[in-house]
Amino acid sequence: MAVGIIGYGAHLPRRRIKVEEIAKVWGADAPSYKKGLELREKSVPALDEDTITLSVEATRNALARAGIDAKDIGAVYVGSESHPYAVKPSGVTVAEAIGATPDCHCADFEFACKAGSEGMFVAYGLVKAGLIKYGLGIGADTSQGAPGDALEYSAAAGAAAFIMGADDDRMIATIDDSYSFMTDTPDFWRREHQFYPSHGGRFTGEPAYFRTVTGAIKGMLEKSSMKPGDFKYVIFHQPNGKFPKRAGKQLGFNFEQIDVGRLVPTLGNTYSGASPLGLTAVLDVAEPGDRVLMCSYGSGAGSDAFVLTVKDRVREVRDLAPKTRWMLDENVTYLEYGEYAKLRRKIRLAAH
Amino acid sequence: MPPARSWRAYPQVYRLEAARCKKCGKVSFPPRLVCNKCGEREFDRFNMKRTGKVVTHTIIRTPSDEFSGEAPFAVGVVEMDGGGRLTTQIADVSFDELKIGLPVQMEFRRLYTEGDAGVIHYGHKAVPIRQ
Ligand SMILES: [Zn+2]
Repeated sequence: MAVGIIGYGAHLPRRRIKVEEIAKVWGADAPSYKKGLELREKSVPALDEDTITLSVEATRNALARAGIDAKDIGAVYVGSESHPYAVKPSGVTVAEAIGATPDCHCADFEFACKAGSEGMFVAYGLVKAGLIKYGLGIGADTSQGAPGDALEYSAAAGAAAFIMGADDDRMIATIDDSYSFMTDTPDFWRREHQFYPSHGGRFTGEPAYFRTVTGAIKGMLEKSSMKPGDFKYVIFHQPNGKFPKRAGKQLGFNFEQIDVGRLVPTLGNTYSGASPLGLTAVLDVAEPGDRVLMCSYGSGAGSDAFVLTVKDRVREVRDLAPKTRWMLDENVTYLEYGEYAKLRRKIRLAAH
Repeated sequence: MPPARSWRAYPQVYRLEAARCKKCGKVSFPPRLVCNKCGEREFDRFNMKRTGKVVTHTIIRTPSDEFSGEAPFAVGVVEMDGGGRLTTQIADVSFDELKIGLPVQMEFRRLYTEGDAGVIHYGHKAVPIRQ
């Protein structure tokens, strides 16, 4: 029984801020940030957008493409490091809004930026095991970087939703194989009651991101007996523009394979949404028969990798919801730092 | 608003569930017990389409406390495609593009929060369709 993606959808906030606008406030050198991070601008959520609202909209787009009744969704998993509540699941509101309650399993996932692919993995696994008909896995974040910190240039917002199923006639892309890789690596963390995360500076690159992503992809290729040249597209977790390019090069992928799913230069780092959103952009343009490799990364640290094969149905359904590159490139408005600081609640307000 | 009261309205605020009169077809949102057009008491429940057009609009500059950080913002009445009308905030809109007949879609958004420790109220706001 082939199991895979029968519906996919993305949602991005419309607001953007350019790297120059942030750098100006902190007296930082914009050109060196842009070059060092390969990042030009990032998405900014409005005051009324959060992980739950972005997840609902991404899921509605996934449902439009799947053409199923939401009542048949047997599991809802939201992966995020910015769940709006410390205690109260995001998934219940998403499930209620799409009409999947009450006959449904639900959990929120956390694993830094890997939480989204975890939801996808578990939803896929449950369909494969025959426990549910359809499963929904979402990666969404509205992440924050401390003002002036390097993370402020990249921390962005967005969501991607995937409905997993086994219906041949609805199959957009089969998931042919998966592989996960993880170790205890303290590269990035946030303790309870801390508003902003902490990170290990340069330690976040080599021993964390590159070691884990490389380990996951090598393991995935070995397990599935495939090589980089077998894939039309590869999607990496993308905390900045440079990391996925460098990881791809180290592993033997070329820039054409990487670039379609590399949204970060104009989106920023959407954390749990990052590689899942890259996959939505790839499905928007992929042709039947294309092989796709996706690899997430979450600090702490771990990666989930998937091998997918795109099916004919992608051509019928891709236009049933807004495409990811359209949301990224066309439907945007630019903010000044003051508006941005207000929207991201970086200004302390008097009590009233 | 107490959580229990907003909870009872989830079908309307989360899914835009309306009622269509079985006799005359009039859509009421929120659902009524008696049709205000023909007096019928039987209805079909359905989720309204999430697209529609602005019928009337205004700009709020001095809102109540829970919305104070957001002013100024637009509110309007939207006639949904396929029937039904609702009053809603209009988000992600520049005030000069706001006009009667503006095509909008309803997006899931935070409506307001009960201070720093209370519940977060979710629902829908209209945003212009730009595609
Ligand atoms: Zn009637």
